Amino acid sequence: MSFEVWQVAWFTTWVAAVGTLLILPPGIALGWVLARKNWRGKTLVETLVTLPLVMPPVATGLVLLKLFGRQGLLGRWCESVFGVEIVFTWRAVVIATAVMSFPLLVRTARLALEGVNPRYEQVARTLGAKPWRVFWTITLPLAARGLVAGAVLAFARALGEFGATIMVAGFIPGRTATLSLSIYHLFQLNRDNEAWGLLTISVALAFGALWLSEVLLRKRPAS
Amino acid sequence: MNYLQNFVRLAGAALAVTLCFGRVAAGEIIVFAAASLSDALREIAAAYEKTTGDTVRLNLGASSLLARQIREGAPADLFCSADEAKMDDLARAGLIDPATRRSLLSNSLVIVVAADSDLKLAAARDLAMAAVRRLALAEPETVPAGIYAREYLQKQGLWEAVAGKTVPTENVRAVLAAVESGNVDAGIVYKTDALSSKKVRITYEIPHDEGPRISYPLAIIKGGRNPPGAARFLALLVSPAGKSVFAKYGFLTEP
Repeated sequence: MSFEVWQVAWFTTWVAAVGTLLILPPGIALGWVLARKNWRGKTLVETLVTLPLVMPPVATGLVLLKLFGRQGLLGRWCESVFGVEIVFTWRAVVIATAVMSFPLLVRTARLALEGVNPRYEQVARTLGAKPWRVFWTITLPLAARGLVAGAVLAFARALGEFGATIMVAGFIPGRTATLSLSIYHLFQLNRDNEAWGLLTISVALAFGALWLSEVLLRKRPAS
Repeated sequence: MNYLQNFVRLAGAALAVTLCFGRVAAGEIIVFAAASLSDALREIAAAYEKTTGDTVRLNLGASSLLARQIREGAPADLFCSADEAKMDDLARAGLIDPATRRSLLSNSLVIVVAADSDLKLAAARDLAMAAVRRLALAEPETVPAGIYAREYLQKQGLWEAVAGKTVPTENVRAVLAAVESGNVDAGIVYKTDALSSKKVRITYEIPHDEGPRISYPLAIIKGGRNPPGAARFLALLVSPAGKSVFAKYGFLTEP
């Protein structure tokens, strides 16, 4: 295949991985808060977090473009503090994929953490462990399978991101060309055969990720 | 000529065209047209709808994408492309009625910057300046506006210098939007697009003898659902009244 297929596949995998790693700490933290705590505005937070999951991706992309564009609040801040531009660079791809995957991660993390019996945590507390230690040594290991499944699911979602990415990063060969953007580009060029090649890779990656996620989420039979 | 006079002329022409073609039940005409024709076509279509009772549905976008959609069987009655190549493709595939094909319009390319930008680009080679960090173009391999821009830059020997800072967009109106938003420093659009927006200003107009030969062909699509409607609408587009609307927006019309 003449199109830089492997470069595009590698770039897509790389930005999806970076995006997923970026959202892991806040995603797990938010999942924990939603699993363990109750407060008056909780439904509002739950809805806001789930929003990118159901909003049209291009709408999310538009919001991100306004925020991170040169005239945008965060765009100008990043330029003045770090001297880097966000839109139309790989950073925008990472941000778009991170935002789109975040709801999925939070939901799965929350379920995983809800599956941890709080009694274990309480017992550890009575034995004198500080909350942070309880989290790292009790909660996290018990929720590990579910959390990894959530991360893999978020990664799979990030791999296929299109709507928000095309708005905020555009299709710039060699710089922001992901698998999905490239398939669209090749379609417009009438180079369908190459598009099918990329499609196969996309499907293979997504299939592998989802398979892993399902295996991890399956409950272990009671021993 | 004020808007009312223009409208009356258009309405009169539409009526004349309807009388010539006889009475047909009111129908729907689906027109696929290049994004740069948006404003002119909307005006002509509105006048046409008022006089004939037909509904004109405009699908405006990059000619490359529209041609692709037609090839995949999209229900178009009339296609107006921003370059001959896309129409040739459809002709080779036997999808247009060749007898109805005509080239009606031409355009020129301009370099635009945001209206409040103080960038001074007095010649095309200024695009290579460091101050121009990002240049928006329509997709240079597929979209006519992008192809025209790339060919011009290649002819001027500037393509190597600017290729690294181009931001390709889906169609020419998206270039305009990118320049208006301030996310890019400059863009190459058709003169007609630049004139349609108050938020950009033209810094350089590519001279006709240096620029690419821009041509907008139109044709009726074979297998469309409303060939008589398409013929009526096409007749209005090529009539003197139609041409005067295009000229108003800055298009160059073949005599």
